[in-house]
Amino acid sequence: MSNETAAAGVKTGQKKLTKRDLFWVFVRSNFLQGSWNFERMQALGFAFSMTPAIRRLYPEGSEERKQAMKRHNEFFNTTPAMAAPITGVALALEEQKANGAPVDDAAINGIKVGLMGPLAGVGDPIWWGTARPVFAALGAGIAMSGNILGPLLFFVLWNALRLGFRWWGVFYGYKKGVDVVSDMGGGLLQKLTEGASILGLFVMGSLVNKWTKVDIPVVLSRVKNPETGKYTITTVQNVLDQLMPGLVPLLLTFICMWLLRKKINPLWIILGFFVVGILGYWAHFFK
Amino acid sequence: MTVSVIQIVLVFLVSCVSGMGSILDEFQTHRPLIACTLIGLVLGDITTGIIIGGTLEMIALGWMNVGAAIAPDAALASIISTILVVAGHQSIGAGIALAIPLAAAGQVLTIVVRTITVAFQHGADRASENGNLRVMDWLHMSALLLQAMRIAIPALIVVVTVGTTAVQSMLNSIPQVITGGLNVAGGMIVVVGYAMVINMMRAGYLMPFFFLGFVIAAFTNFNLVALGVIGLVAAIVYIQLSPKYNKPAFAGETSGAAATSDNDDELD
Repeated sequence: MSNETAAAGVKTGQKKLTKRDLFWVFVRSNFLQGSWNFERMQALGFAFSMTPAIRRLYPEGSEERKQAMKRHNEFFNTTPAMAAPITGVALALEEQKANGAPVDDAAINGIKVGLMGPLAGVGDPIWWGTARPVFAALGAGIAMSGNILGPLLFFVLWNALRLGFRWWGVFYGYKKGVDVVSDMGGGLLQKLTEGASILGLFVMGSLVNKWTKVDIPVVLSRVKNPETGKYTITTVQNVLDQLMPGLVPLLLTFICMWLLRKKINPLWIILGFFVVGILGYWAHFFK
Repeated sequence: MTVSVIQIVLVFLVSCVSGMGSILDEFQTHRPLIACTLIGLVLGDITTGIIIGGTLEMIALGWMNVGAAIAPDAALASIISTILVVAGHQSIGAGIALAIPLAAAGQVLTIVVRTITVAFQHGADRASENGNLRVMDWLHMSALLLQAMRIAIPALIVVVTVGTTAVQSMLNSIPQVITGGLNVAGGMIVVVGYAMVINMMRAGYLMPFFFLGFVIAAFTNFNLVALGVIGLVAAIVYIQLSPKYNKPAFAGETSGAAATSDNDDELD
């Protein structure tokens, strides 16, 4: 929106959200899930994020303010970070509505619900499937040796990316308004999802190999070297490592993926590993 | 180890921050890397805290809240297991083993709190009837505080009782075959987290990238940064070359200027 129209808006007594309002919406959006509940999930959190705008646009005690509060207490749920651009769009629509544009409740909720599904579809693999596991694995790898850099790196990288996106999202959604929908059609979201999935799967593949530890010390053969008199011991693990290092973890990963797809609670699988580990250790099958 | 009053207060505060992080899922203060480190710091052994954090983080890599599904709780697992290891003189392996049932307990607790907060949502409806924004803010923040207490109260109980002989003798009665076996299991459990992440992004045609990562890691000594860069390059190249993304632009070109694109082909 250009300065001229904004100035004209002020002249005719039009309501306009200030940069400060948008800043506070950004701050509050970091608390989106505070009251997450099984009935309406992030609904109250969304209304909580919108509060600075509702306060600015609709006067205290007015029927419009009550309506706005009700409007944003409707069911809402998406990947938390992805709520930022949706909040921005809602801000733009509320501003238009407060200035008398014919935007009805159904339109505002329709756009919220319409965006939350596709954005969660993109957001979950990008934020939970790629960004966090990659940063966390990076941090955990360093932390295993007791180095403080591990946790720090994870915290700073993740939050820089997340806060940056949230900040950009609120302002972008507000500027673009409903046009956000057409931006989403250009294949950009699909490219991002697919690219993130490739990176995520690649890193997971390397983690399955690098950050697992299975040792099967069962002795297969004991060959005496005639010259030195020493025994060369070949264990199951030696043979497996010659085939392909990390073969057992790879198989275990596939078994887990299969069990998880059967909707088995991951904690049961973990407990299963405990039982296998204790029995294997007791029988000297694992070391 | 005797835990001072100041340390108890600090453990309570860290647990509050971690409990809030667990529901918000924003700053990640509930993740083992952060929560274990902070508890280690508060109890005077930050190095052990960081190591537990790193080990648990690998196990918890795939614990994520997607849609209405609630993940095992990293916050309770991280905080209590670190207290037991640092202040209760347990081995890191035992701490990791204890973390798993704690994650299940935390999951149950958050489901309970997320059900209780339905009442807060209804309170917000009443606040809307009156147009009272301040009450709505207050309701939202109270629900958040409830989630903080979900972690802070159990942590408080454990940190106060951990020095007592009853708890000590109970913890010391865990036999060697259990802790040894749990250490073995620890090396394998991480694959559950990996499997969760892989399942979320799994698409048959993208699995070659998984195997590429596996093989490169198997036969090189590249660290995770190098592997991450290779993965990123692979992703970018794939997107650039994939016919799926090049088709619309190409179709537009041919319909707009068929003659010129034909010429291009001949020149090639």
